Amino acid sequence: MITATLNAYLAISALLFAIGFLGVLVRRDTLIIFMCLELMLVASTLALVAFSRFNGTMDGNVFVFFILTVAAAEVAVGLAIIVAFFRKRQTVQVDHIDALKN
Amino acid sequence: MANFVFLFFASFTVICAAGIVLNRNAVNAAMCLLLCLVGVAGLFVRLDAFLLAFLLLLVYAGAVVALFLFIVMLLDTKGGTTPARSAVAKAASLGAGALLVAGLASFTLKGRLAAPPPAGPAVGASLKAYAYELFTLYLLPVEVVGFILLITMIGVIVLSRKEAGGA
Repeated sequence: MITATLNAYLAISALLFAIGFLGVLVRRDTLIIFMCLELMLVASTLALVAFSRFNGTMDGNVFVFFILTVAAAEVAVGLAIIVAFFRKRQTVQVDHIDALKN
Repeated sequence: MANFVFLFFASFTVICAAGIVLNRNAVNAAMCLLLCLVGVAGLFVRLDAFLLAFLLLLVYAGAVVALFLFIVMLLDTKGGTTPARSAVAKAASLGAGALLVAGLASFTLKGRLAAPPPAGPAVGASLKAYAYELFTLYLLPVEVVGFILLITMIGVIVLSRKEAGGA
């Protein structure tokens, strides 16, 4: 039961990726930037699953399996870093993360 | 009818994704992320990847978004005043956005298949296919990923430990 074309799925995936990228560029809150990063990751998994389905192979699906695992690890470490940063500076705005500037 | 389901999930996902970017409140953004992930899981089901849809809901919607909400409430992030952007940053953002749109458009429009999708049930629909791949061809990556999770756990404990004596 498959009616939408591969290009339709790729378009949705590309749109989600672009929205996530836009969020990373325009938002200032580190947490929201991190959410947008996750959105970009999910968009790429959608493309992988679509390719896998339309080509009749398992490779993309298995790859998405690993991406999910690594993404969970990434979120845990990323949020721990954000919390550690908040403890030091009492803020999570990206404009205040400038210790390496100059 | 089937096309309607696809269109519903696709538009739902995109609208919720836009909600993440547009929401001022971080809690609302996290909720939009949750809904967006539900939409993507629906698209996965449409692609016959039932296990991945389930895992996406379990890992992302269950664990990751809950973690995000915890941190958002823990940190109590008030925006405050943000300085205006520099002209260089604006120009760089515009250039990067234009490049991304061009790249994604070519990716989307030029995606072609040599052959139509195989009829019948998808390979990714059965749990057996995943188990077979994961425990034969991808056995080493599975072990490496397990090790990565262990290292992550240790890393998070180290990162979130209170620094003794301000050292």
